[in-house]
Formats: sequence, C-alpha cells, structure tokens
Amino acid sequence: MSPFTYARVANVSEALDLGSGASAKYLGGGTNLVDLMRETIERPAALIDVTGLSDTIEERDDGSLLIGAGVCNSAVAEHLAVRSRYPLLARAILAGASAQIRNMATVGGNLLQRTRCSYFYDLDGARCNKRTPGAGCDALEGFNRNHAILGASTDCVATHPSDMCVALAALGAVVHLQSAKGKRQVPFTDFHRLPGDRPATETVLETGELITAVELPSLPHATRSAYRKVRDRASYAFALVSVAAAIDIEDGNVKDVRLALGGVAHKPWRAWKAEAALKGRPAQAAAFRGAAQIELSEAKPLRDNGFKIELATRLIVAVLTELTQEMA
Amino acid sequence: MEFVINGTITKAEVDLRTSLLDLLRDHLGLTGSKKGCNQGACGACTVLVDGKRILSCLALAAQYEGRQITTIEGLATAKGKLHPLQQAFIDHDGFQCGYCTPGQICSAVAMADEIRRGVPSHVTADLLANKVALSHDELRERMSGNLCRCGAYNGIVKAIDEAYAELVN
Repeated sequence: MSPFTYARVANVSEALDLGSGASAKYLGGGTNLVDLMRETIERPAALIDVTGLSDTIEERDDGSLLIGAGVCNSAVAEHLAVRSRYPLLARAILAGASAQIRNMATVGGNLLQRTRCSYFYDLDGARCNKRTPGAGCDALEGFNRNHAILGASTDCVATHPSDMCVALAALGAVVHLQSAKGKRQVPFTDFHRLPGDRPATETVLETGELITAVELPSLPHATRSAYRKVRDRASYAFALVSVAAAIDIEDGNVKDVRLALGGVAHKPWRAWKAEAALKGRPAQAAAFRGAAQIELSEAKPLRDNGFKIELATRLIVAVLTELTQEMA
Repeated sequence: MEFVINGTITKAEVDLRTSLLDLLRDHLGLTGSKKGCNQGACGACTVLVDGKRILSCLALAAQYEGRQITTIEGLATAKGKLHPLQQAFIDHDGFQCGYCTPGQICSAVAMADEIRRGVPSHVTADLLANKVALSHDELRERMSGNLCRCGAYNGIVKAIDEAYAELVN
C-alpha cells in the first residue's frame, strides 16, 4: 500500500477543502477502496474519512426519502420506510455481499465501487484500459463469462458490481452532489458512464466533488416490487444477472413499470426500451417476454457470456410475472 | 491512537496503512482474529464494533479509533466462563482446524443481535415481519460471510442453532 494522509472530517465544507486535491479520495467503509489500495490499483495520497457525515435517513413531506451518503448499507435495508415503501431496495442490498460488509459499506461508497473484472485486479499479469488508459483489454478475448453484454466498447467490457445501484436505477433515484462550486443533483441513471473510449472515468463526478445523499422519489407502486439475483452460489457472490422491478397494473394493463438490470453492463442498466414497450400493454408473460427481447436485441455477447441474454430475458419475465400474480 | 478493545483502553502508534486486523494481531498480541484471505472474502477476521460484525481486514485501524471493539478474546467472562456460543462450538464439534472459528463465533454473536432486532435477510419471506425465526435457511444465509475450508458446517450450524435459543430469548 502506498503511504497516505488520513483525516476524519466533521462537516461537508471541511471535506471539500481537503478533497479538492487530485490525489485525494473520500473514504467510506473502505470495503472496496482499502482492498484496491492494498493491491496498489488505487494510490491516493490523502484519505478523507466522510463516514461521520450525512448518516441519517430523512422522510420528507413530499413522500420522498433522503438517504445520507454516509449511511451504511445494512441501516438502509433495515429502515422501516425502505422495507415498506421500497422493498426492491431492501431486497437488493440484502442480496449483496455479507452481513459484515453491509455493516461497513456506505451508500456513497456503494455507488463508487469499482468493477470486479479479474483483469482489472491483475496488475502484474493483464492489460486493462481502466487501470492504464490505452494499454488494451485482456477481458475482450479472455475469460469473460462475467462480463458485459450491453453498452460495452472495444476498450472495456467490465460490469458494475453493485446490487443496491440496480434498485436505485429502477426507482429513478437522484444523486445529491456538492463541490466548492456548489450543489447539484444528477439523475441516478446519468451518474454512471458507459465505458466508450474512456473506461477509467466511471461516473460524472468532478474532482473533489462529494456525494452527500441519494434521494428516492415518491413512487407508490414501489410497494409491489422485487429484486432477483442469479449467481454462481446461493449467497455471498456477485450477480451474473439481476433484475430490479416494480409494476403498476390497471384493468389488466401495465400502467407503469420500472425495470433495471445488474451484471450486464458497465453501469446499472435501466431497461428503458422494455419499459416503453410494456406501457399500456396487457400484463402477461407474452408481453413481458417481447419487451425483454426488445431490451436485449442490441446485446453483444462475448466468447463466454452469451448465456446472459436468455438468462436476463427469462429473469425479467419471471420477476414481472411474479409481481403481477401477487397483485391479482 | 487510542482504541477501546474488549473494554480496555489501549494506546498504539501504528502506520496509517495498518488494518484493524494487523493492529490486533501484530501490535496488540490479540491473535484470536485470523487472517484468511485478507480481501474480504472469507470472514475469518470478523470482529464486533459497537456490537456489529465487521471485517477487520478491510478496516483501516485509524477509522476505528475510540469505537468499542470486541474480539474473540473478549467474549468469555472475566472469570473465564465461555460465551454460550464458544461452549456450543466445543459441544458440537463446530470446527476441524479451527482457523475460521473465532470469526464464525463473533459473526454468530452479532447475528443473534440482528435476529433480536428483527433484521430481515435475503431469504426472509416477509420484509415487514417483526419476528424472524432462525430456520436452517436463515442461519445459513446469515452466516454466509464466514467460510470454513474444512467444511465443518454441520457442526457449526448445530452449535449456533443450539446456542441461539438461549441468546435470543
């Protein structure tokens, strides 16, 4: 691990003062960053511990929920308003990592966790454009069973590992940011980037900008929502494919549907095309399958991950069917 | 830096890069917590901070200054009476080589508290249930962050299952 300075800050302005340096990093629970520092993939010169900041969950009058960036993952999943009003979010968090890691990991840190692509981690043995821009990508022709089928580029086929973020994408959350220039809000689905020819830049965060909160807008039909994750073992593993979904049905037709996929792309993948194809249509398996196929029509399988296309399709159908039957 | 470990205030001057696990083992001589993978994949380093289970290998010691840290060494009473989970692991052969055991036991101590608080898990059917029964599936899911390479899971599950009734009620 490279040497660094450490400061625990008491407020946002102190954090922003210290965090403006190019080699400074904000530290949450450290579950990903400390590991990457030990591997010397990350080498920050300064760590600014922001775990003491914004660690509350606020229920607001307009029905929205404002989750501080410093709240740990388990506290979000345990919160009664999350469990009752946004069950897909509680389910997504509980499907991720282990109890120990969920107790450490923060909401802000979860958004910023980096890919688990093994070539990204293999500093000595593999080329990676994410680590070293322009070096090349060994995953492209390598063992890429876990890699992306949607929105990838010839420079990077890595996936985003978060479960929580898939639910946040489906819910249309809003990320609250603050920097020396002021505050701004970014729709969750715009927060993470697709790789393009700059896979090292994973979000729209600017240097020194701090995530202060994630806002969940009021979404009454999210009370009927689900998160389903398929992985190589039953627990404590990253997703091969996951689906977060909420559906609102009126007179047998889809009034509104929210759908996002995990494990398939460089970012939590909001299935906008499938959603558009479903609105106003009968809430039935045939329509679900048709919509899923539209979403996945542009999927580009690599050598080892073609199975994800059918898996994602079946998962979408299964989750929407289950939610529809619950409502019947 | 000042740490509160097993109820005792302890001072240690360590490099900022030191993990909580290395602080415990290499600087304070508390070698009960084990270093398995050192990357958050096995749970052998599990300790309690303010009563909650965390992985000490992924924790920078500096972040835990002033917090209440409990390790396997702090579970028995001052007079040496074992914690019910420690006794249950002995009674049910909840180990073979024993390397994952301190992590398993610390993890199970915190799990009992989570059950008491009605915290749901990935396999809990009703997210809003006030009470969670520790079924076989619940136990295995909630303990999935602690791996045992010897595969002593049958004994581990039996030990936790037996001690659980006493701990939760």
